[in-house]
Amino acid sequence: MIDVAAPPSSSLDQYAPIAGAAEVEELRALAGPLEGATVEMVNSTAVGGGVAELLTRLLPLMRGVGLEAHWHVMEADAEFFEVTKAFHNALHGAAWPASERDFEIFREYNRRNRERLPLEGRFVVIHDPQPLGLVEARHSGSGAHWTWRCHIDLSRPHPAVWSFLEPWVVRFDGAIFSSPEFARQLPVPQYLFYPSIDPLADKNRELEPEFMAGVLETYGIDASRPILTQISRFDRLKDPLGVVRAYRLVKRYFDCQLVLAGGGASDDPEGALVLGEVREAAAGDPDIHVLELPASSPLEVNALQRASTIVIQKSLREGFGLTVAEALWKKKPVVASAVGGIPIQVIHKHTGLLAHSVEGTAYQIRFLLSHPEIARQLGERGHDHVRENFLVTGNLKRYLTLFLHQAAANRGQTY
Amino acid sequence: MNSAAQPFQFVTASYLVCVENQKACTVAELLDALEQASDEAIFFHTFQSLGRYHFITEGFSNDFAQWALASLNQPVLAERLAAIDIRDYVSIAELRADIRRMLSEYVEAHAGQARLSAFEPFYFCRTVEVTVPLPWEARTLSGIRAGLERLSHASFYHHFIASRLRLHLRTNDFSHWFRTELGLERLADRADQIDIYTNTLDTARQELIELVDRETAG
Repeated sequence: MIDVAAPPSSSLDQYAPIAGAAEVEELRALAGPLEGATVEMVNSTAVGGGVAELLTRLLPLMRGVGLEAHWHVMEADAEFFEVTKAFHNALHGAAWPASERDFEIFREYNRRNRERLPLEGRFVVIHDPQPLGLVEARHSGSGAHWTWRCHIDLSRPHPAVWSFLEPWVVRFDGAIFSSPEFARQLPVPQYLFYPSIDPLADKNRELEPEFMAGVLETYGIDASRPILTQISRFDRLKDPLGVVRAYRLVKRYFDCQLVLAGGGASDDPEGALVLGEVREAAAGDPDIHVLELPASSPLEVNALQRASTIVIQKSLREGFGLTVAEALWKKKPVVASAVGGIPIQVIHKHTGLLAHSVEGTAYQIRFLLSHPEIARQLGERGHDHVRENFLVTGNLKRYLTLFLHQAAANRGQTY
Repeated sequence: MNSAAQPFQFVTASYLVCVENQKACTVAELLDALEQASDEAIFFHTFQSLGRYHFITEGFSNDFAQWALASLNQPVLAERLAAIDIRDYVSIAELRADIRRMLSEYVEAHAGQARLSAFEPFYFCRTVEVTVPLPWEARTLSGIRAGLERLSHASFYHHFIASRLRLHLRTNDFSHWFRTELGLERLADRADQIDIYTNTLDTARQELIELVDRETAG
């Protein structure tokens, strides 16, 4: 396995103006009994993807409060990642021809990685299914605590893949899921950790008005009229064509614009196809802006979200849907589908509005455009909701709490 | 100024949410599930929802009511469930019985609607509380005031709301200490009267600080 050289440590103090000085002081108090404890995080990629982004942010904060936190990445060849990509899709319910050869590849790369790096930390967290087999390296009686952090939706897994993986899952001390909906019935404790955003990252930090104005000008968007925005990959499950239909229903009453911005089309044949369909649906309407952004455009995404009047997330299926938390953090009123992790973020009529159809989405948008004061209040409460539940400092707190709970259980105590 | 023999120990509290292997898709299923649900789960979906969503001060009372409204689209049931005031209860058994009674009456009166599937199931959860003592304590009202100003939301919630389960739902840590250590019955009662439904944790804390100030001023 490869050790990732994450930034050495990061001070919590920079989060005090956002999360509150008391919260930061108490995070340090929670970390006190764990000072010097070794934490080992393992995943399958050092760059790209939500898990790597999360660990890049979380590890320095763990070190900043006195934990000896390390991040290891599996070493594997393309054949392993082809298998794990098939597993990933199958765990989301896709059809997959179960093959003993695939299972053998999975076992073999996990065996090689077990030999490369004995994991001997006091707390070991394995992220997602790829490194699950590393749990066989666990020494009985070592007192170490092993936890599986599952970032994907396991509510409808392919039976053969799940049957293959489950014997490893039940060897952990517990499993962490992002939503109760994603969990499974397991004989080990299941914990709920929401994904989180970093308020200081380029995608979420405050921006200069001049920069935002420049982004709008670049893309030909009129700042003086309402802007409806959906940020997401060009993927059928994000229903961009449904968003265009909802916009057209709204357009009969309001002189608004629609921004559909995302990546995923350049290296994904399906994404290119969907992008083409969206462009065709938008043809002839200068108020629909279909923007194919480069893979990493955090500042542009940030500016588009901040410039929006309403942010839409009209997914047909969704993981957690952190773009919703990003919009709420920016105090934007959100209209979103009640799927996946979205209802956890959008508490209907309190932190945003939920919809179940194109017509419902259009109606909720019209309602908010007609009632800007209500839209403002939803945005304010949404911001509070994110501050309380979906910031990286909250994620750090959940890990500290888990480690304290596990350490106490070891001593036969409860906190 | 009175000084307590036993100091008030401030703690930092954090909550690990555990997913239970239990869910409901209809009102009728919720009624059945509530019979089996753990006390901790009922506490989580009533008392603890106030802490998690303290910034919402209108129309949000507990997870059951919000689910009836947002996922079942059954406002009559939602209103009834939202009317539950957790301060009226001295045991989870009583609270469980009242919620089940409301659901049971609804199922009887609206048999068809009670079998309609929700947009999203109701998932039962509970929490494990982890506390660590903070490096300060109070023996006087001025000490309490200083400590209150330094507490995070979660820790204020622990002392003011979650404490009810520890103290058999009758009161909160501050009132308990005012009463038993300082003999301040009136302050204890007034602190118990702070409305935890229409306040955020910040405004509830501010009300408590003002009560302490008034008591100190005599």
